[in-house]
Amino acid sequence: MNKTTVRPDDFTSRREHLAQLTDAQLKAYFWELADRSVDPLIALAKTHTTPSIERSVLLRMGFSDVEAKLIVDKTIDRRLIGKGAGHVVYRLATIDSVDVRTAGLKLLADEGWDRVAASFGGKR
Amino acid sequence: MNAADKKLDVRELLRDLEHYAPRRRGWTWRIPAKDLQYGPCTYAELSEPLRRSIAPLAAKSFGGIDPQPMPVITTEIASGRFEDDIRRMRMAAWHGADHIMVIRTAGQSHFDGLIEGTPQGVGGVPITRKQVRASRKALDAIEDEVGRPINFHSYVSGVAGPEIAVMYAEEGVNGAHQDPQYNVLYRNINMVRSFVDAAESKKIMAGADMLQIDGAHNANATAKVAWNVMPELLVQHAVNSAYSVKAGMKKENIALSTVPPAASPAPDLKLNLPYAVAIRDLFDGYRMRAQMNTKYMESSTREATVTHVLNMVVSKLTSADIQSTITPDEGRNVPWHMYNIEACDTAKQALVGMDGLLDCVAVRTDGYMKERVREIKERAVLFFEDMLATGGYFAAVEAGFFIDSGIYPERNGDGMVRKVSGGIGAGTVYDRDPDYFAPVPFHFGDNNVAQYGLDEQDDPSVLIGGSTFADRRKIVYVDELDPEDNVEHRMKDVEKYQDGSILRPEVQWSGDGTVVVDLTIPAAEAIAAAAALEIGRKMNLSDVEVIHREVLHPAEATRIQIKGTYAFDVDVATLTIPPPPDLLSDAEITAFVKDRPIKIVAATVGEDEHSVGLREIIDIKHGGIEKYGIQCEYLGTSVPVDKLVDAAIETDADAILLSTIISHDDVHYRNMKKICDYAIEKGVRDRFLIIGGGTQVTPELAVKQGLDAGFGRGTHGIHVASFLVRRLREKQRP
Repeated sequence: MNKTTVRPDDFTSRREHLAQLTDAQLKAYFWELADRSVDPLIALAKTHTTPSIERSVLLRMGFSDVEAKLIVDKTIDRRLIGKGAGHVVYRLATIDSVDVRTAGLKLLADEGWDRVAASFGGKR
Repeated sequence: MNAADKKLDVRELLRDLEHYAPRRRGWTWRIPAKDLQYGPCTYAELSEPLRRSIAPLAAKSFGGIDPQPMPVITTEIASGRFEDDIRRMRMAAWHGADHIMVIRTAGQSHFDGLIEGTPQGVGGVPITRKQVRASRKALDAIEDEVGRPINFHSYVSGVAGPEIAVMYAEEGVNGAHQDPQYNVLYRNINMVRSFVDAAESKKIMAGADMLQIDGAHNANATAKVAWNVMPELLVQHAVNSAYSVKAGMKKENIALSTVPPAASPAPDLKLNLPYAVAIRDLFDGYRMRAQMNTKYMESSTREATVTHVLNMVVSKLTSADIQSTITPDEGRNVPWHMYNIEACDTAKQALVGMDGLLDCVAVRTDGYMKERVREIKERAVLFFEDMLATGGYFAAVEAGFFIDSGIYPERNGDGMVRKVSGGIGAGTVYDRDPDYFAPVPFHFGDNNVAQYGLDEQDDPSVLIGGSTFADRRKIVYVDELDPEDNVEHRMKDVEKYQDGSILRPEVQWSGDGTVVVDLTIPAAEAIAAAAALEIGRKMNLSDVEVIHREVLHPAEATRIQIKGTYAFDVDVATLTIPPPPDLLSDAEITAFVKDRPIKIVAATVGEDEHSVGLREIIDIKHGGIEKYGIQCEYLGTSVPVDKLVDAAIETDADAILLSTIISHDDVHYRNMKKICDYAIEKGVRDRFLIIGGGTQVTPELAVKQGLDAGFGRGTHGIHVASFLVRRLREKQRP
């Protein structure tokens, strides 16, 4: 048991500032607090990505999950994950003038990574 | 369409699966049938009846109706073998389920990617593209059978949520559990990773118009004092709901998995109803998925049913868009077909039975209800205040705010503590660079499309010629990865059971041979349990286990249910199957009686006061034999058998109808023998037909006592009239 987080029920004193709120006001306040709680989490999600998100992008581009996993792992190894794994594939497709599936399979075969990295201004 | 009398052909289902496309995306609600006149009843709030279904047995008294309530009814399926799951889905659909929730195999949430093929699972099935596609294909055919869309549902959680969400969107899965808090609290997956993944998953689900169910209910299945977690539950629901809306979901596609915190023997309604009102007040516009609390579920199916029904009383007094049907599988060893079906029937029957409840009673908004509802809401607000003061959601989880057994603001220091830097997948969240880009639709968050000349509202997949969402041919379909652990392999092992010519009882898998035997043993619990195991073995069962025990009295008796394997096959070709009754038409019977009047005498015999069954066979208003012009002399109940024979002689009757409902100690068969013996003694046995009927009568055994015919449960006038006409016609023949 975590002693520092044991607390008796002080509801009666703790609720005093809520007593005057109407039910509608209480409800509005509840949702205001909910929004304030999740806003930083949503901000985090907007500006970050994960291997699973990148694999899901590649799935939507027409790769199997096994292929997607390998491409994402290689993208992380080459420190290009901040660009997006789908972006990496798309960039190679543009550079080599091939469709994205062909580009992805090249990357799987460890081809074209240098060209992609160079196009992003060198390895990060 | 599947023929109703044919078993699902799993091989046919798997054929050409590679090219199968689901017929729709998104969730479907039932269609209301307001003020429906159905059979002899009028209903206030039903949905449209099914094309084909199995009605409750009591429907017999109401013209065979099978009314369908308004809430979508869920059934959870978890056998671990999808080829058996789909057969159970079909059974459940016929019993009124239109939300099929497939439980994932243990450990799938820690699997970093998609699983492929059809491996066998534990406690659920590995969710794979092939399994999902085959299940959806089966459900498409099943929904045509029953005439109502069926929602298919599983889980978007773990460390592969976004990929699973994509696969579901592509394969026509209609709903999913998605709640990052579930990952954090119950799967120990890193909280940052969980929330970042969740936003993407939710955006994809929104794109496919899927319904989301959250995971808050797990708190009161987990907390030591479940009825104390009410304030926290509201906070958990709000965190996921607010997060989902901000990730792009519509409120009406977000369902709260709301579970009453208590159950009887606690004062169920008094504890649960204020909570149910509070949650519906705060979350109007969201959907409510009502589920009974699994924490209190032991091995008794009856207790589970009471808790389930009380949950539905709360649903009817407040609201429920989806009604769940949890069954006591965990307490009883395996997921049984029959409990899925029973629970669907319980939901259907209870909800229909409470049709129009709020036309009769109202939930009070003063006194106890008012105070209690307000208190629960305020406690939840205080939780949020404290959480923000502590540094926000992550800090609160680190400080053990959640699953504490105190009623907030009380804290018992036994909450679940997770570290922001800990858990599975920690350190796998990466910053997006300013030129981060993903060329796909339904992608959440920063996506620098401007660098490629697109506007924010454009579908970025125009750059790659469309995504898999627009062009299914781009989906890479993987069939099987494991040459051993797959459906083909498993089906070979049970090949002989596939076409229904060889039978074995089953509870979850084809040919599993599992049976349950219900024994009342006149001994104390420990002795009874040991005796039950021995009885099971003497019945030739193997792997006998006690799955349920109920003390009827500490010394007098214990009820024991055992489970065992009956490892023998029954060849249908060797069975004697009585032919279905061959009935004459109403017109044919009426015409016969017109030419050759028929007279019968009837009574309930012995010390038996039951009259309803016999009256139904006779009375014209019940469709009895009087309607054909047959003259009936009804002598009443508790009539001695000799009186009945004497009356037949006196009135020159063609037949005697005797009803025997009481069957203790086989008194019904003894009375049948007695009446025949008496008729023989009087030398009149050949003058009339003697026919016996009753709910416990087996036709063959009645004939064995000397009767001309016996009729059991489910007999109607036409059965008896057809028999009379046939026999009398034979007698007329030279």
